[in-house]
Amino acid sequence: MTAMTVQKTPALSVDRLVKSFDVSAPWLNRVVERKPRQYLQAVSDISFEVPLGGCLSLVGESGCGKSTVARLVTGLYRANSGEMRFALGADGKPLSAQMIFQDPYASLNPRWRVKNIIAEPLRELKLRNSAAEINERVVELLKTVGLSASDGDKFPHEFSGGQRQRISIARALASEPRFLVCDEPTSALDVSVQAQVLNLMRRLQDEFGLTYLFISHDMSVVRHMSDRIAVMYLGRIVEEGDTEDLFAKPRHPYTQLLLETIPNVKHPHRDRIVAGGEVPSPLKPPSGCPFHPRCPIATARCSAELPPIRTLAGGTRVACHLVAE
Amino acid sequence: MTSDTSKPGAAQPTTMLQRARGSDVWWSFTHSKSAMIAATVLAVLILTAVFAPLIAPQNPYDAAQLDMWKAELPPVWQEGGEWPYLLGTDTQGRDMLSAILYGTRISIVIGLASVALSLLIGMTAGLVAGFFGGMIENVLMRIGDITLSMPTILIAILVSTVVRQLLPSELREIGASAVLILAISLSAWVQYARTVRAQTIVERNKEYVQAARLLKVPARRILAYHILPNTLTPVLVAATLNFGMAILTEATLSFLGIGMPPGQPSLGTLIRIGNQFLFSGSWWIVLFPVIQLCLLVVVVNILGDWLRDVLNPKLR
Ligand SMILES: Nc1ncnc2c1ncn2[C@@H]1O[C@H](COP(=O)(O)OP(=O)(O)O)[C@@H](O)[C@H]1O
Ligand code: SF4
Ligand SMILES: [Mg+2]
Repeated sequence: MTAMTVQKTPALSVDRLVKSFDVSAPWLNRVVERKPRQYLQAVSDISFEVPLGGCLSLVGESGCGKSTVARLVTGLYRANSGEMRFALGADGKPLSAQMIFQDPYASLNPRWRVKNIIAEPLRELKLRNSAAEINERVVELLKTVGLSASDGDKFPHEFSGGQRQRISIARALASEPRFLVCDEPTSALDVSVQAQVLNLMRRLQDEFGLTYLFISHDMSVVRHMSDRIAVMYLGRIVEEGDTEDLFAKPRHPYTQLLLETIPNVKHPHRDRIVAGGEVPSPLKPPSGCPFHPRCPIATARCSAELPPIRTLAGGTRVACHLVAE
Repeated sequence: MTSDTSKPGAAQPTTMLQRARGSDVWWSFTHSKSAMIAATVLAVLILTAVFAPLIAPQNPYDAAQLDMWKAELPPVWQEGGEWPYLLGTDTQGRDMLSAILYGTRISIVIGLASVALSLLIGMTAGLVAGFFGGMIENVLMRIGDITLSMPTILIAILVSTVVRQLLPSELREIGASAVLILAISLSAWVQYARTVRAQTIVERNKEYVQAARLLKVPARRILAYHILPNTLTPVLVAATLNFGMAILTEATLSFLGIGMPPGQPSLGTLIRIGNQFLFSGSWWIVLFPVIQLCLLVVVVNILGDWLRDVLNPKLR
């Protein structure tokens, strides 16, 4: 979509990020039941780059670690290992990321009026000083996201899910970010409303030169939004490439599965993921290639050896033993 | 692209907090007979206590106003009763009605102050434990567990005995109410701490709090502006019920002689004094303070129960 504005320097480059959670039982239970500590590796050795002014999307089934990546990138979680580098902004400081959350009901404080929700970044970051300036900016932001000035006096519960997501976007824009992490911003919304919010986000990207790290489990949403797509499975990236390449020529068997199962005109009612059984538990990931229990073309090597991620000639990266150059 | 077309049902108030706001509470109040009666009685009790100096026929603390010739008079409707001693007098000629009004005043003030102090202790502990977690949470909540493992009244007795011993004797009389407030608060804060901690953990993980953290809002302000207001509803219910509890604890301590001194009698002190005359036939010296105490606690509890039912839809 915004191919012309995408530049070479990445807004964010992420290198071999790892995040595990301690999910051990309480100390007393561990002693009594003689269980060891238990860790859940939600993100394993993930590397990617987000092009400045572009949009990289993370896709994958629920539980594959997308939100964990989002929280690592925004700094809500601290990584166990790995590096993240943000490009420097006009002020010489690294770009800071703001986030738009999945749940439009939990992401706004139910007791605050909308104008105060949107004004919070202005006050906290001291972007505006007088009450009049703050008020003026709030009204401007409300209009930018397609709401009216009088909506500022209402409480969040007076709005629909889509309108709440617009309020979240206005709050994120208030801090004048260059980088936005959008964690399934439309997956809680009706299909008709989804398109409106996605269109708004694309318009804002062009208008303000925003960089997006966009997260979704829905291939059709991702296609609409992204320049590049990274497909995740059980905490790892299994394939990453330009949107058009990935849709035209999916390399990894899991990407192929995802694309085959998009509901379409021929099969409007089919579930998004049907073939190949359940996602394994991230507590006990399969040996070798994590996808091998579901992979239609798996070989003996696949259950023994983890396929490294390789860069192919066209710039696509794939982690699969059987994908030829 | 000015408005979404998603379902209008989404705009309906759904959470407990939203139910609490606006007219829901008022509507349910005006439709609950017991709540309205209890509130009316409580309002009368509080107003007569607050304006006791204007209403009471006598200042029961002023020895000059006591008349030994009028000692142990029965209520006016009894043989030997005399105006203006509506509810009779005690052995020092003190008007029972005046003593009860002033005593209710002391009981209410100590009850309110104890609830306020235990709210302060409990809510601070709960917010800190729930928000920061880890070691500090463990320490605070274990102290709470230990406190809960002892009967409330026992803790109150322990605290008040220890503090009274520490005070110089000339301060004991003056500091009696402060000691009581401290003793009752230290025995009652745990419930608030637990409620607030549980609610804080829920709110802390909500996305609006994470959005505030992304803006680098300091923890102190996140706690004060985002989390605290969302913990207030369950705390309000607990505080109302504990107000009744605090009045009873105060009365028990005073009844046991480690509460308010006879010079500034609370309802509990009046009951203790009157108790000695129960078998001498001067039943009014004990019965009226007992009735007043029961009335006060019962109406407070009725209001607390009603509030809990209104604010917590899960119980219905
Ligand atoms: N705070 C946490 N503590 C323990 N486990 C977590 C936590 N957050 C996520 N997980 C686990 O990490 C895995 C990835 O979760 P998440 O990143 O939310 O996936 P997604 O957003 O792709 O659905 C899941 O198995 C989830 O249960
Ligand atoms: S490595 Fe093997 S199991 Fe994994 S995706 Fe490729 S073929 Fe399938
Ligand atoms: Mg998620």
